[in-house]
Amino acid sequence: MYSESLSKTLESLGAVEGTRLSVSRDGRTYVGTLMPHHAFSGPDIIILKMKSGYNVGVRITDSTEISVLEAPVERVKPETEVEFKKGLPKLVLIGTGGTIASYVDYRTGAVHPALSTSDMVNAVPEVREIANIDAKVLFSIFSENMNVEHWQALAKAVADEINDGADGIIIPHGTDTMGYTAAALSFMLGDVTKPVVLVGAQRSSDRPSSDASSNLMACARFCRAGKAGVYVVMHDTPGDDSFAVHFGTRVRKMHTSRRDAFHSINALPVAHLDKDGKITFNTELPDASDERAVASTDMERACVLLQYYPGMDPALFEDIFMRSKGVVIAGSGLGHVNENMIPLIRRACDNGTVVVMTSQCLNGRTNLNVYNTGRDMLNAGVVTVYDMLPETAYVKLMWALANSSSLEEARDVMRVPLANELSDRRTIDE
Amino acid sequence: MSEDYEMMCGIEIHQQLDTKKLFCSCDSHLCDDGQGAYFRRLRPTTSEMGEVDRAALAQFQRHSGYRYQCCKGTTCLVELDEEPPHDVNPDAMQIALTFSEMLGANIIDEIHFMRKIVVDGSNTSGFQRTALIATDGSVDVGDRKISILSVCLEEDAARKVETTKNDEVLYRLDRLGIPLIEVATGPDMRTPEEVMEVAYRLGTLLRATRRVKRGIGTIRQDLNISIPGGARIELKGVGELKMIPDYVRNEVNRQRMLIRIKGILNDRGVQPAEFEPVDVTDIFADCESKVIKGALDDKGRVIAVRLPGFAGIMNGDNKTLRLGSEMAQRARTKGVKGIFHSDELPNYGIEQSYVDRLREFLGMTGEHDAFVICAAREKKATDALEAAVVRANEALVGVPEETRDPLPDGTTKYSRPLPGAARMYPETDVPPTPITDERMQDIRDNMPEFPEQIEARLVNDYGINAQQARQIVRQSNDELFEKIAADRAMAPVAATMFLNTYGELEHDGIDVGVFTDDAILGVFAMLKEGRFAKEALPALLREMAVGTSAEDAIKKLGLEAMDSDEAAKVIEQIVNERADFVRSKGMGAIGPLMGPVMGALRGKVDGKQANELLTAAIKKLLG
Repeated sequence: MYSESLSKTLESLGAVEGTRLSVSRDGRTYVGTLMPHHAFSGPDIIILKMKSGYNVGVRITDSTEISVLEAPVERVKPETEVEFKKGLPKLVLIGTGGTIASYVDYRTGAVHPALSTSDMVNAVPEVREIANIDAKVLFSIFSENMNVEHWQALAKAVADEINDGADGIIIPHGTDTMGYTAAALSFMLGDVTKPVVLVGAQRSSDRPSSDASSNLMACARFCRAGKAGVYVVMHDTPGDDSFAVHFGTRVRKMHTSRRDAFHSINALPVAHLDKDGKITFNTELPDASDERAVASTDMERACVLLQYYPGMDPALFEDIFMRSKGVVIAGSGLGHVNENMIPLIRRACDNGTVVVMTSQCLNGRTNLNVYNTGRDMLNAGVVTVYDMLPETAYVKLMWALANSSSLEEARDVMRVPLANELSDRRTIDE
Repeated sequence: MSEDYEMMCGIEIHQQLDTKKLFCSCDSHLCDDGQGAYFRRLRPTTSEMGEVDRAALAQFQRHSGYRYQCCKGTTCLVELDEEPPHDVNPDAMQIALTFSEMLGANIIDEIHFMRKIVVDGSNTSGFQRTALIATDGSVDVGDRKISILSVCLEEDAARKVETTKNDEVLYRLDRLGIPLIEVATGPDMRTPEEVMEVAYRLGTLLRATRRVKRGIGTIRQDLNISIPGGARIELKGVGELKMIPDYVRNEVNRQRMLIRIKGILNDRGVQPAEFEPVDVTDIFADCESKVIKGALDDKGRVIAVRLPGFAGIMNGDNKTLRLGSEMAQRARTKGVKGIFHSDELPNYGIEQSYVDRLREFLGMTGEHDAFVICAAREKKATDALEAAVVRANEALVGVPEETRDPLPDGTTKYSRPLPGAARMYPETDVPPTPITDERMQDIRDNMPEFPEQIEARLVNDYGINAQQARQIVRQSNDELFEKIAADRAMAPVAATMFLNTYGELEHDGIDVGVFTDDAILGVFAMLKEGRFAKEALPALLREMAVGTSAEDAIKKLGLEAMDSDEAAKVIEQIVNERADFVRSKGMGAIGPLMGPVMGALRGKVDGKQANELLTAAIKKLLG
């Protein structure tokens, strides 16, 4: 933020982003285009882009002279008409925002999280060789700001597009919560009959090294393969030559920044793609069909996801357990909590809260039969969901509570695989 | 711009800093090996208008990609572009600010890193991070003030290892991210020697910070040279400063030659040549020229192009007009070995009869009609000739702006067109660095010694002369000198070595850069132990320059110092052999006998000791 006086000075000069200014102080002069103020810049600093291309931060003091040289030049982007090619599938790209859609404003040089979806496709023109792409923007938000209402709106939009004739849906999405959205769509869309594929990027699209374009290409190629279901496609290695396709309920972001951050947990990726588009399937997937899509988007919002930790004080969690409709715990090891938590869990279950146990190990299956604590929890009424990811369990619990006729049914639904979110067998190569 | 000058030149120097890397805490040395080969592609980003440059995209689609090797200790996820940059290295920033202050430059109030787009693969991110630190400084060289346009702090690029057979370029990431200071002067230099002096001065100032890397590849100089009526030529990566005057002079002459050629062509009224390649393989079917035979045997063709009006300037006026070699350099960028043009034929096994038949076939009737031919696979030959014709036509306009590479003989060759204005965007992952008055005051209070101050101190503290001190500082050997001269007795020996011996060795073509500081310190340790005499130092260094260790060189040269008893015996023998002479001269014989004595002892004892022993021997003889 500019200081109040600097804001006033700029306003009185009519200087806005893009205005060319000359700024002089103590015998030195800087000439350049006014840039947006950086969040970490000093309040008395203005940023100028000089002719050399460099940005400099110039401190404005009482003795600084500022003069306006030129008003901003407005540029209008030409609209491009895209021809549809016969014989190619129609893929609808539903933009949500995130790194994959971030771009540089070339007038000011600032990075914005809102590349239009068609811009994103235009930046990767070769994707049009694979499919006819119809691009739409639903949201322009970073995924940490994605909420349950966004999942609901997205699921409806996907179903509408499929019922409108799309052969597949590509959803560019921020990576932070892409796994949650993928799980939500998996449950809301049920036995969806077309490929619904989320794709992200760990490097923004304005960078030459962005993984956005190669992930998008891999995504389009997987869509063309015509497999029904909700999936996530991202890099499989740090190189731009190998991509993995994950079940939407099995995938988790396992690294803050690497391109290969997304891993299938307790399952193999369903398929791999190489840089030329060759697909190798690890899992048999259902073929796409032409049945209508239905979005069951009701969600019980009064659910929480808790991570157990040594020293967890039941008193602090009293209200949470007693007032929530559903609690998912990522327990230790096979699915444990301190025995002093058990009385609270018992009271919550008796009070009608569904308490679901997962493991913070992420890898492996819960089992509450092995130790006393586990057996006590089962007796208290805890539902254990085996090798389901805690985040997936949280999303599924919201959905199950809203889409079941009774608590008992919701508890049963939690233990039955609906969208490949849990399985009975795990192999050594996963 | 006034044109009352013969030439103008500016310098840009890139100097590696001796810190950790600029945006991560990796070590910043180079590694002999690399591991892995991570595949990446770099996509041209959309332009200001939201469009993708079609040519750049076509290039991207043709080019298979890049692979990157990691190195233990010197690369991490940041170099691989798998992790955002960390905060800027505070040491590197401090050095850049200090150096800017040494140049009296205006330091930017708040420093912002930028992304300079580079898609040749040398940066995994597809851009180089760079920040403008200061502007408007100056440096005094001789009696002239040379302006400093800018000081930047930026990251070095990855090292190219090889181009694989899949047309992938393999890079090693050890060098990527090493901090560089980039300092650019104004186009203020007016003589070739002045350019060299400014380069020396800036190098000396950089090293005076005591925080820059030394050795081959740690500093790179680019020159921007132009003459009135010529054009800006960027000469990239001059390593040897002593060669600078040659490069500048040759470039000035080249530009003058091109201006002359332009005049001749314009006088002739020559129009740009059409590029109309003709297959003339049949004419050369039984030609004895090795180049042509070789090409035809390799399924090649001979392609020709007419150049009406270009005769006599491709290689003419007693070889002072050489547009042909400019054309050939362009042609070679398309992968051919060379071209032949009519000014140089008959020659190279192509006899007059072939030239005549070709001229007739091409319908060359005009006084100044010329041709150029190339023998290679058809596509390659045609592309090469097109590049040559483009270059020939540029001669009608004058000197084309180019980037050129320095060659060891002091000339240069075409490298690529001058790059356009850099595309620069803010590096949003790195927060800006505010430069406070307190920080600058602290820097001013702790400025490093300027070269002059170091020289004065060396003279004062070690008793060496001003010329020696100046040379030691200019060679950047002052820190090494001070280590050696901690033993004051060694100070004059070291000073003589750095000034005279190094000069002689370099004169004889020996690169004194091969002596590491440790090697020289080792030599002086042995000298102090009396393993050899200081007179043997030049011979020892010559031997070491070819890779012999100091230890082995001493043995090989038979330099093991004699103990004084043994030396006394040798001297006594010399004195006795000349007993009559000694008796006639008395103590006056010492001077004339020093020659034979030192000859016989050849560096095995030092001169002072030999003198004492000789004096004693003469006294003994005289009784």
